[in-house]
Order: sequence, then structure tokens, then C-alpha cells
Amino acid sequence: MAAPQITPVELPDTEEISELDRPWVTVVWNDPVNLMSYVTWVFQKLFGYSREEAEQLMLDVHHKGRAVVSSGARERMEYDASLLHGHGLWATVDKQ
Amino acid sequence: MFRRNGEQLVARFAPDEVNVLRRVAAEVVSLLTDGFDHDDPVVSRLFPDAYPDAPEDSEEYRHFTEGDLKTAKIDQAGAILAALPADGGGEVALDAESAEAWLRALNDVRLALGIRLEIADETSLESELDEAVLRDPTSSRVFQLSVYAYLGYLQESLLEAMIS
Repeated sequence: MAAPQITPVELPDTEEISELDRPWVTVVWNDPVNLMSYVTWVFQKLFGYSREEAEQLMLDVHHKGRAVVSSGARERMEYDASLLHGHGLWATVDKQ
Repeated sequence: MFRRNGEQLVARFAPDEVNVLRRVAAEVVSLLTDGFDHDDPVVSRLFPDAYPDAPEDSEEYRHFTEGDLKTAKIDQAGAILAALPADGGGEVALDAESAEAWLRALNDVRLALGIRLEIADETSLESELDEAVLRDPTSSRVFQLSVYAYLGYLQESLLEAMIS
């Protein structure tokens, strides 16, 4: 036996929509082991960054502790994170 | 150390070096198979939480990615084992694909050793090694630190040869 269900009809509020629209990001964190040259190479290889762009990102990771390396749909960011994990980089997925 | 020879990346290893490489690659394989334990800090480092603040999301991510990631890591450690001379020292010649597998596998091995040795950003390998030698030159820490330093040079030389 189930009690009659009264489902409140909720209108999506605009704040929630903008929350959903916010793109996701893949973040790489600083790590004391990974070689700077290797991290640069991984960024170039996985994301097609130029040498200069990849080096700048690597330096951001090194000096600021983290850097956003890609942004977009959540599934895509999880895919990027798994590629980075495959290369031994410390990556997480977050909202921008 | 590696150098480029046409399409190949080539290095000559002494018997001791071959033994060390075989041992560390085999250790990674065993860590990812029989010894697989999420509570091991090395495993946490090789398979990081994708969502540090959302354990359930991390668990779901792990559910979908961990199997493939584990297989890839076992395969790349296997690429080291497969290319080493069967007996004693000798030359290793890698094509582009096995070179990348070596590069990733050397990185996994260094990450594992780095966790065990508690390597931090401010760690100076040289002074760590000096201190460890002063304390006990025959300790396993001295050996592991030397291996860690050696693998760093080896990985760097492989990468330089690959992009040269």
C-alpha cells in the first residue's frame, strides 16, 4: 500500500540553470616527483598545446600548485582526467 | 642513458641496471595485481580521487575508469620487462610506442618510490642521500634513493631522446 503521492511541481529557478551550465574543468596539481619536462610533454601530447603553452601551464602547476588544463562537458573532463592519470599526473575534475 | 638511433631509442644497460629495472617494474606489477589495496598511499597516488570533495562521485569515476587504468599501468610496466635483456646487461632498443610505454612506466615507478621515500617539493635528493649514507651506508634507504635518482635521469634521457 502506498500513500497517495503529491508531487510538488517545481519550477527550475534560474540560479540552478546557470549552475548546470557552468563548464567543468580538469585541474592538474603540483607533485614533487613528476619531471617538469615530462609534464610539459604530457600537456602537449594530450591536449595539443604548443611547447610554450604547455611550458606555461607546467610552470603554473609548479608555482601556483595547480592549473586548469582543459574545460568543457563533465564527461569529457573525466576522460581527460583518466588520460592524465594514465600518465601519472595528479588530476581532478571540478566546476569552473 | 637513452639516445636516438634513427627511429629507435637506444640504451645500453649494465647487469646491475637491468636487475634494478626488472625489480622495480615487477614491484609495480605486483602492487597492481596481488597487492592491490586502495589504502596503500602508492595506490592512492596512482589512482587519485577525481573529486576530492565528493567521495561518491570519485567512487563512480573509479568504477568506470579504474579497470582500464590498471590494465594500462600493468602493460606499461610489462613493456619494461619485455624489452630488458634476458640475462646480464645489454642493449635495449625501443620503437616510438614502447618508448612512450617506458616513459609512463618509469614515471609510475618513480611515483611509487617517491611516496615510499616521502619525497616532498623541498627535498634535495643530494642532501637526503648524504644524510642516509652518514647514518648507514648499507641501509635500504640509501639504495632506494640512489635508484630513485637513477630512474629520474633515465626518464629524462629517454624523453630528451624522444623529442630530439
